[in-house]
Amino acid sequence: MISLDERKVERIITDFPILAKPTSRGKRLVYLDSAATSQKPQSVIDALVTYYSEYNANIHRGVYEIAARATDAFEAARETVARFVNADSREVIWTRNATEAINLVGYSWGLNNIRRSDVILTSQLEHHSNLVPWQLLAEKTGATLRFIPVDSRGVLQLDDLDALLEGVKLLAISHVSNTLGTITPLELIVPKAHAAGATVLVDGAQGVPHLPVDVKALDVDFYAFSGHKMLGPTGIGVLYGKRALLEAMPPFLAGGDMIRKVEYEHTSFNDLPWKFEAGTSNIADAIGLGAAVEYLESLGMDWVRAHEQELLGYALDRLAPLERRGLAVYGPKDPQLVSGVLSFNFADIHAHDLASILDTEGVCVRAGHHCTMPLMEKMGWPATARASFYVYNTRADVDALVDGLEKAAQVFKL
Amino acid sequence: MDDFYRDFILDHYRNPRNFGTLEGATATAEDLNPLCGDTIRMDLRVNDGGIVEEVRFSGKGCAISQASASMLTEEVKGMKLEDVAKLGKDIVLENVGIGISPTRMKCATLGLRVLKSAAIGEIAGWPDEE
Repeated sequence: MISLDERKVERIITDFPILAKPTSRGKRLVYLDSAATSQKPQSVIDALVTYYSEYNANIHRGVYEIAARATDAFEAARETVARFVNADSREVIWTRNATEAINLVGYSWGLNNIRRSDVILTSQLEHHSNLVPWQLLAEKTGATLRFIPVDSRGVLQLDDLDALLEGVKLLAISHVSNTLGTITPLELIVPKAHAAGATVLVDGAQGVPHLPVDVKALDVDFYAFSGHKMLGPTGIGVLYGKRALLEAMPPFLAGGDMIRKVEYEHTSFNDLPWKFEAGTSNIADAIGLGAAVEYLESLGMDWVRAHEQELLGYALDRLAPLERRGLAVYGPKDPQLVSGVLSFNFADIHAHDLASILDTEGVCVRAGHHCTMPLMEKMGWPATARASFYVYNTRADVDALVDGLEKAAQVFKL
Repeated sequence: MDDFYRDFILDHYRNPRNFGTLEGATATAEDLNPLCGDTIRMDLRVNDGGIVEEVRFSGKGCAISQASASMLTEEVKGMKLEDVAKLGKDIVLENVGIGISPTRMKCATLGLRVLKSAAIGEIAGWPDEE
């Protein structure tokens, strides 16, 4: 018997045209790399095509009809995204991606607030995007970088959090680890960080796509995420920031659209959020991200979370027998503690060889260091293979992964 | 790609030839594939006549990069250093045979790149891009 949930996923799959196209070997496409980038539903593709084919125009100052329509759609997308994370739309700044959002804070807030005696606290499991900008900021300001340690399962060790937070001016932490899927207990950490006088930035690139997120309830100061990992187009991302902080920050990039009045010697800047959006914005992709958010809202983020937990639980059950034959699954192996991410190695098969063999069966997984080289080094993993789940994945996809691993065992004569 | 992993490839992967480092090496190079982090180091001992007398490689990575490097070390022993510097990707393709996908070509040619770097004394280009 097919459950209601499976019917729902079957319907979802039909919304993603790429999933209907077989691979060059005639295999069904089993896409297990959504943590790298998600697939796009037809509604998002349509939003892009409609903008370009019906009302392509620059925004904000056009007086003609299609320019007004473009402006309305662009700002409506901002409202949609703001509603999705419970922000005020003036606090939602379009960027290229989470990386650019984090760099915006590093340059605009960081260079004006971080001093030599300050500490920047981050963790040992960060993506390079939430590590390298702070290394640069520390180099420029003379501030000290400090790290929340992780244990052998990749879980943040918070026993000494009070001591770690001493002297911290900025806490920059990911909501969800891209390599292991471990979820940061923000509700525990953020109040303590604030009590210690720290400003809190959260890298939510793997958070917003997979978990219900309420930036006001989390009480974070900055929250960064990317559109392309949440069913939206590439090239569009978001920086959420508390209004008072954003008001006090100088512009990041300067140019058109971010100004109020320009004289030869002096310029006054536009209101939020446009103060941070110099030049012509990525209009089409912002509108596309709005459509992606509406799609996720139609599914419900509680359902998305529950669906991924269910799939991860099923995958852990299916993979357990392979552990006798050398499969190593990393992370806490607890669907309560992680999002739909599964990092693993199989006996002496290198992760890249594993990914190549899975590819011959149409199964797409990522292999390598997942842009977390320090974490890999600390854990002693040269590379891992990573399968990640999203709204369109099914138990059949997990079964295809397991079959692919069986094939790899055969090829490598395990 | 699955037909790539034939017995002799797996044998070179699991039992790499000339593996280790070389005392008294006259030329050494080391590099990594930034796409995946695979590393290879090549140590050469070249005699006064410009002949490669001894070679060792070390590193870690996938079956393609390690087996390809292992096979190369068997071939360059006894070669003139100037000829090693001129090697192209053909030797790698002949060694590893069919089935390498374009996305894995850098894995296959990493060892050759490091070997050529050792031979010419500076970082060589990617053989698959020549």
